[in-house]
Amino acid sequence: MIAVAHPASQLPRAGPLPNSLQLTSDGRLQHLLTVEGLSRDLLSEILDTAESFANMNEKAVKKVPLLRGKTIVNLFFEASTRTRTTFELAAKRLSADVLNINVSTSSAVKGESLLDTLRNLEAMNVDMFVVRHQQSGAAHFMARHVEPGISVLNAGDGRHGHPTQALLDMFTIRRHKGDFTRLKIAIVGDILHSRVARSQVHALNILQAGEVRVVAPYSLLPAHVEDLGVHVYHNLEQGLRDVDVVIMLRLQRERMEHAHLPSEHEYFQLFGLTQRRLHLAKPDCLVMHPGPANRGVEIDSAVADGAQSVILQQVTYGIAVRMAVMSMVMGVRGA
Amino acid sequence: MPEIAPLLDSMAEQARRHFRQQGIAEPIVVGIHSGGVWIADALRHRLGYTRPMGKLDISFYRDDFSRIGMHPQVRPSELPEELDDEHVLLVDDVLFTGRTIRAALNELFDYGRPASVTLAVLVERDGRELPVEAAIVGAHLELGAGEQVKLRGPEPLRLERVHLEGGN
Repeated sequence: MIAVAHPASQLPRAGPLPNSLQLTSDGRLQHLLTVEGLSRDLLSEILDTAESFANMNEKAVKKVPLLRGKTIVNLFFEASTRTRTTFELAAKRLSADVLNINVSTSSAVKGESLLDTLRNLEAMNVDMFVVRHQQSGAAHFMARHVEPGISVLNAGDGRHGHPTQALLDMFTIRRHKGDFTRLKIAIVGDILHSRVARSQVHALNILQAGEVRVVAPYSLLPAHVEDLGVHVYHNLEQGLRDVDVVIMLRLQRERMEHAHLPSEHEYFQLFGLTQRRLHLAKPDCLVMHPGPANRGVEIDSAVADGAQSVILQQVTYGIAVRMAVMSMVMGVRGA
Repeated sequence: MPEIAPLLDSMAEQARRHFRQQGIAEPIVVGIHSGGVWIADALRHRLGYTRPMGKLDISFYRDDFSRIGMHPQVRPSELPEELDDEHVLLVDDVLFTGRTIRAALNELFDYGRPASVTLAVLVERDGRELPVEAAIVGAHLELGAGEQVKLRGPEPLRLERVHLEGGN
């Protein structure tokens, strides 16, 4: 939960779960808070819609008027470049007006609560919030408190989830590999702190991926990770064997300070993706990374820039996927 | 409902005359998904046109998006040639309110600035809500308030009268 100063009338109460909150009564998407609990049909519909937007790039004017007159606020309590700019570009290509608020440099520093920030922005007649917050559950909290008709998209909350990242990863895999049921996919790195990994695992399970592996040292795995429906490996060579897709996670350097790992150098020796190790996977194995990559820590430069890498395509597809989600949540209004 | 083939013959004849009068050798033919593409294809065949055909899916340009939402599978619009300074023959199956053509024109202009746009439709019916007029028309139909006409296809093409529940 978020630490917020509640007026007496708004003391925390048991609210609806994110998945029931993000859908309308007839099962359409009105917020995107989590991948968990999305149906296979709805997830596929998001990817299909993104496919339509991905095909739009040959036009002289790379814009469509779907969200003309709508106001979208990117509310970022955590630093981000890629995610914020791709959300911004997605909104602009849909002709919406975009406001970027970087809260670490703004009133939260002066002590304003999340709820107050929300109410103030609502008073400016906003239609959608894209929110990133260091606390798990922040987007869910906002979705519970926004006025009806306003959508909330989760752009990363604490260690909980990063649904649009997972969706764009699914889009990338589907474009290059097609049917998920035949695929072996390895997610490698800091699973413990990774909201991306958590969302990816849920999405892969929903799409009935053939096998999902997580590969990490003991100190970077959450307890009971097997319960998510994954196979656990502590050895990268074994984990890579015969996989169709390998997703490398960013090693967050701040983790070193908390003694999860002895050194970056040792991590690279054991868990860094090199060309030699990549040969253990299938010859056409895709290499993915949500970015920003630490070259020479979790991934060798030659692999990040290699023929099997789709890291930059992931960024491009991210725009189409975010356009799809934005147009879907706005499209249910007044229905 | 009328047979399609004679309507297409008549449209081809009107198009031939129209473009001859304008001094235009061969316009770029652009069909609106799905029915307009079928008709555009048939017209090109009859006119002996050889330039590649354009296709528009106007879903992203509809004015009722905020009321009915997104259609998940929008077919990609394809304009194989630059539109700048070109003459365009825009083709649809049924001209009704005029809103589809409004959306199609907006989309066309996101690809470039054509020298002219001529509209051809298989069927023109009553019920216009916007000032849109077709230069080339296969058939005129007067329909009741609760009725619509749909083109089924692609093989064979045929027109079908549809009764809407409760009218609209």
